[in-house]
Amino acid sequence: MLGAFDDLELANGAYYFAALAGLTVLTGLSGQISLGHGAMMAVGAYTVALLIGNEHWALVPALLAAIVISAVVGVAVGAAASRLRGPYLAGATLAFAIGLPAIADQYSSTLGGENGLVINPPTPPSWLGANFPLERWEAWIACAGALVVLFVMNNLVHSGIGRAFRAVRDDEIAASLCGLHVGGVQTLAFIVSAACAGLAGGLLTVVLQLAAPGAFQLALSLSLLTAVVLGGLGSLVGAIWGAALLVLLPTWTNDLANSFSLSTNVSNNLPLAIYGFVLIAAMLLWPGGIQAGARAIVSRVRHSRVPGGS
Amino acid sequence: MRRQSHKVLAVGAICALAAIVAGCGSSSSSSVPGVTSTSITFGTHQPLTGPAAPGYSEIAPASQAFFNYLNAQGGINGRKINLIIKNDEYNPAKTVTVVHELVLQDNVFGIFEGLGTPTHTKVVGYLNSSKVPDMFVASGCACWDNGTAQPYTFGWQPNYTIEGKILGQYIKQHFAGKKVGVFYQDDDFGTGGLTGIKYELPASQIVSAQPYQPGGTNVAPQISAIKAAGAEVLVDFTVPIYTALGQLTSFTLGYKPQLVVSNVGIDPTTVGGLLKTFSKGKAGTELIEGAITDGYLPSVSETSNPWIALFKKVHEKYDASAPFDGNVEYGMANAYTLAQSLQLAGKKLTREDLVNAVNSMGSKLTGPGLVPFRYSTTVHGGYSGVEMGQVRNSQIVLFGGPLVTEPTAGSAITPYTTAQPAPPASGVSVP
Repeated sequence: MLGAFDDLELANGAYYFAALAGLTVLTGLSGQISLGHGAMMAVGAYTVALLIGNEHWALVPALLAAIVISAVVGVAVGAAASRLRGPYLAGATLAFAIGLPAIADQYSSTLGGENGLVINPPTPPSWLGANFPLERWEAWIACAGALVVLFVMNNLVHSGIGRAFRAVRDDEIAASLCGLHVGGVQTLAFIVSAACAGLAGGLLTVVLQLAAPGAFQLALSLSLLTAVVLGGLGSLVGAIWGAALLVLLPTWTNDLANSFSLSTNVSNNLPLAIYGFVLIAAMLLWPGGIQAGARAIVSRVRHSRVPGGS
Repeated sequence: MRRQSHKVLAVGAICALAAIVAGCGSSSSSSVPGVTSTSITFGTHQPLTGPAAPGYSEIAPASQAFFNYLNAQGGINGRKINLIIKNDEYNPAKTVTVVHELVLQDNVFGIFEGLGTPTHTKVVGYLNSSKVPDMFVASGCACWDNGTAQPYTFGWQPNYTIEGKILGQYIKQHFAGKKVGVFYQDDDFGTGGLTGIKYELPASQIVSAQPYQPGGTNVAPQISAIKAAGAEVLVDFTVPIYTALGQLTSFTLGYKPQLVVSNVGIDPTTVGGLLKTFSKGKAGTELIEGAITDGYLPSVSETSNPWIALFKKVHEKYDASAPFDGNVEYGMANAYTLAQSLQLAGKKLTREDLVNAVNSMGSKLTGPGLVPFRYSTTVHGGYSGVEMGQVRNSQIVLFGGPLVTEPTAGSAITPYTTAQPAPPASGVSVP
């Protein structure tokens, strides 16, 4: 049984997963780094907030529009990204993450400035009963979005496009000798992951009923990247681990920080310190991420059961 | 390998669906959340870090200190008052998350003293639709003052429009004909204050109004624009950090207007400390010396006032690590009002009882405030006015007697002459 708070955490985890799935395809499969995925989520979030709040669109068309608009932004960023490598790409996407939320302040009459845009909560359909909790309906919407992303991404990973991504990641010259258009493939990876992030941002707006620059600070972009690396780069299951960490770790670190009776100055900043410590420890223990660690444990168990097995 | 990973994903997806569907049948409990026979728990969202943290982070711990003082005497109606403080960093997105945590996970009875206009506006709808008491928001936004649409939300400090009107009247009387510039936060806090000033001052006298977004640190464009417009009086509707940034920028530009600051942005200890930090010790409270402001609680420098003496005593015993300043006084005074409301609501307590108690008796409550509350079933605004004040020798000195008014254009500003009652020897006193 899930309480209202668990529903909310599930909803949070689901939209994080949508963003992480896209990012793991971009970074893990096509080998491009993005420090700007928080800004991609912001594009989707503001699209949904404007369409539902001002234009009174229905939920599903608004979410589809969020995917399309952020994919279009992905074309622009991806085209630039395919010409950049390593630290330059990181720098360019970093600038995107910092610069984009500032647009909301610049056009505060339309985008609401720091105050943000507020939408009404989604109403559960009447066939679910009058007392159906809002948090559960939000969780359902977010999970539906996450499942669509999981289905599409899983097929993509195992299709020719997924192989093209890996080929470009492993050796660009070999890939172009095989007839692949390297820049095109890299741009496509950016578009796909931007679309996922846009959907994630749209779902975030539906769950929080708010699109505000404060939700898309640089810290979000960095924690998304941290989560895919920690979960297991390039694996969709790793993205599930990463989403779970993004939702649960802050709560755990806060609870842990509050369980010591410390002066407020220390306890206010302690969650960040614990978070950093956990990251360092996890990277030392499982350099390949949680998913790689879990795989290693599973295969060790198998080896010990079936001597000589593959 | 390919088959297998498909299988893993399919199983994962089915598990996720099953988990959600399984959640369908949970039932709600009938008892009142957050209340036992010996305790009552409130939650609050506060800027413990971030742009609004300087000064404001002292408020909720001071409230907690006052509750501890009351708890040591047996609490209210036999219940000890607990306060869970969560950090939202003055970030509206975080506010939404922590308030959901407080209500759904920590099962608080209500939210108390949630701080900030841009932050708290994002949770008012949720709290009212969930019927969670939203007591005495730490912001003077007019947005809390709607008992009809938001029966569970109550403001506490004077509405910014009321404050703006009284400041505006003072400017009209004492700086007649001088050009006025306004530097304000770009949300309902700043615009509410600006509205009040416009109610009192002729439009031609306000030569420039410049908004800022909380979060940035460069306010030179705004202050330069106000200076260029020739403003001789600068009105700040700012949180302390932006009062300090504004004054430092003015100082750098060689701009020395008569400063007028909303009571939320002038606490001399806080602003002086910020000025000192930002200027690396080169400047301090002298940059706000002589600033006109206002107050609705006695100034912390009036040590002979019995309320200040009480708060000082509680501060020394339960909150000694914080400086004794206007923020600490704010937290304790607001805690006093909550304790009074709980006392009125009675021993047998539901969420509705607390709301009804403030609706029916709130306007009769007396305490550390210099002016009465405006509470009724439809009016959920807080204090009805302020007394004018000035920063003299790094302390706020109030003068001229309390003034009260309504947050509407044209409503009269009248003196309030009823003397402030002394605090009770222990606990709280209710009418």
